[in-house]
Amino acid sequence: MAEKLVEIKNLKQHFNVGKANEVKAVDGISFDIYKGETLGLVGESGCGKSTTGRSIIRLYDATDGQVLYEGESVHGKKNKKDLKKFNRKMQMIFQDPYASLNQRMKVMDIIAEGIDIHGLAKDANDRKKMVYDLLETVGLNKEHANRYPHEFSGGQRQRLGIARALAVDPDFIIADEPISALDVSIQAQVVNLLKELQEEKGLTYLFIAHDLSMVKYISDRIGVMYFGKLVELAPADELYENPMHPYTQSLLSAIPLPDPNYERNRTRKAYDPAVHNYVDGEDVKMREVSPNHFVDCSEKEFAEIQEHLAAKK
Amino acid sequence: MEKILQVKDLELSFHTFGGEVKAIRGVNFDLYKGETLAIVGESGSGKSVTTKSIMRLLPEATSEFKNGEILFGGRDLTKLSDKEMQKIRGKDISMIFQDPMTSLNPTMPIGRQITEPILKHQKISKDEAKKVAIDLLRLVGMPKPELRMKQYPHQFSGGQRQRIVIAIALACNPQILIADEPTTALDVTIQAQILELMKDLQKKIDTSIIFITHDLGVVANVADRVAVMYGGKIVEIGTVDEIFYNPQHPYTWGLLSSMPSMDAEDAKLYAIPGTPPDLLDPPKGDAFALRSEYAMKIDMEQPPPFFKVSDTHMAATWLLHPEAPAVEPPEMVIERMKKFPGSRYYEGSAN
Ligand SMILES: Nc1ncnc2c1ncn2[C@@H]1O[C@H](COP(=O)(O)OP(=O)(O)O)[C@@H](O)[C@H]1O
Ligand SMILES: Nc1ncnc2c1ncn2[C@@H]1O[C@H](COP(=O)(O)OP(=O)(O)O)[C@@H](O)[C@H]1O
Ligand SMILES: [Mg+2]
Ligand SMILES: [Mg+2]
Repeated sequence: MAEKLVEIKNLKQHFNVGKANEVKAVDGISFDIYKGETLGLVGESGCGKSTTGRSIIRLYDATDGQVLYEGESVHGKKNKKDLKKFNRKMQMIFQDPYASLNQRMKVMDIIAEGIDIHGLAKDANDRKKMVYDLLETVGLNKEHANRYPHEFSGGQRQRLGIARALAVDPDFIIADEPISALDVSIQAQVVNLLKELQEEKGLTYLFIAHDLSMVKYISDRIGVMYFGKLVELAPADELYENPMHPYTQSLLSAIPLPDPNYERNRTRKAYDPAVHNYVDGEDVKMREVSPNHFVDCSEKEFAEIQEHLAAKK
Repeated sequence: MEKILQVKDLELSFHTFGGEVKAIRGVNFDLYKGETLAIVGESGSGKSVTTKSIMRLLPEATSEFKNGEILFGGRDLTKLSDKEMQKIRGKDISMIFQDPMTSLNPTMPIGRQITEPILKHQKISKDEAKKVAIDLLRLVGMPKPELRMKQYPHQFSGGQRQRIVIAIALACNPQILIADEPTTALDVTIQAQILELMKDLQKKIDTSIIFITHDLGVVANVADRVAVMYGGKIVEIGTVDEIFYNPQHPYTWGLLSSMPSMDAEDAKLYAIPGTPPDLLDPPKGDAFALRSEYAMKIDMEQPPPFFKVSDTHMAATWLLHPEAPAVEPPEMVIERMKKFPGSRYYEGSAN
């Protein structure tokens, strides 16, 4: 079995606790992220994907639960040195590359920000060289270093966001909808770049998305979230071939594919949480229905899924 | 089939500080009654400007029709006065946008926003208009429409707001509905509902729809015909099956290959190299030539005319010239062509 890089244990992130507008954005989720893999996270907007990512990288203090990075707790009391260490190992890429780049700074300084914070450059020349190399790595060139973000197209800005994240030589990158705002062919460029970088540098990704065909393409495993909970987690192909949670089935049945014949015959399945008919206090939790395939279900549903899977074989 | 709209040789420019942006460089298409024509292409290719020129929603001061006509109901829309255009807008031709809030007034109850165009274009009483509005809300799947008439846009979710905008757009039974990326900002499940709604309504009122999107899955779902735009021109147009299973233009090939297919394994995605053409100084020949591995010498010199592929299918690429060498499309495209009876790679039945 692959090595665990990040362990998320019963993570909860509630906002406005105790007030009328309390939101249980993330409400007790557990999963592991293995070294070198891409874990996709999907679900409707508002289900808690970004909050999950932000809690892992400690942009929020978790309400409850734990995040372990290489076995060490990320949350809780930390000295400055330890914090810096985590900050370096984990980086985040955002959906809107424009909003996430300081528009009054030149590309050189935007990308070098992390290098400066962590004192990674020996001198000014070294710093410059590092930035040039990073620009090249993401398919830009050193002439771009003296420009401002507004002089770049959407796809190029996302490359800048990636270069900035890579500057501190991280092991783990959380990409929050990094391609959602881009054109199809530009999406392909960015996805190819992320994949190449992963191979070269052995990066681990948490890839948050709502485009399910891209997510299948890039992910090794995929987790499906619904209202702050993880409802299914499985290897990418397995999830698409044997979705077991009715919400996953509904989500997959709603994706239009670039294939008119398929579209003429696609039927959409709606999800109604009432189908579960759980009784009070029923033990609903993630259970492994087949190797590495986890579904949020009750004992009874678990038995039904087992039966279904057996019949399929 | 009845032609409801004809766009002929349309050329349109913007006058900017940098010079003349030749945004639309000779666009031709017909829209038939009751059909959905999808327009696809990368950002900046001219999709929105084409439809905004039909609606005459472009800034008067900086935009200029250089050539061509837009024929609707025996009239050329490019020549109408603002006043005449106002009678058409929202009545005969309506438009919905990606962000429903661009069409909604945040300070007005939605009921009034729906009755307003009805009262403007139809001679009926306020009470009758109210009834029509409630029916429309019901039609677009809004629960408890009577109660929701009094509510403001912020009290609705994104998907519900788009439904309201559709209700407003349909208030006067338009002959043409133009939808510019109407589902791009929505979740897949909500998107699926909106697409089903639009198709359902189209059947009921026989509207023609121009549907702009860059999501090829959505195109495959909604379109009867597809126009592919590149650099201010349509480069290929045909039925949805012709475009997806027998594409002819290298740009269409690139577009289709950059989507991961659900079954294709880890092959690298095809990413069209290079950048879109500079519309201040568009290339002399085929605007896509500089990014195309299939470009020939003539592509650098002369813009390709449309070559007929079938009665319903045309593509503007020199590759279709009888004297052009035969080339192999990309692997992923050949896979698609195997499903199309008319194509040279066809392998047996499509289903
Ligand atoms: N800082 C915050 N304060 C209060 N509520 C928040 C905050 N951030 C997110 N939320 C709420 O938490 C839920 C999950 O949001 P988010 O994680 O952004 O979802 P997603 O990324 O899946 O679209 C939503 O209901 C959202 O409104
Ligand atoms: N008001 C305007 N002034 C100047 N240029 C414009 C204006 N509106 C659009 N353009 C230019 O026209 C071209 C086509 O734009 P548009 O139709 O919006 O593209 P899209 O296919 O993404 O909808 C682009 O190069 C764009 O920059
Ligand atoms: Mg989010
Ligand atoms: Mg547009």
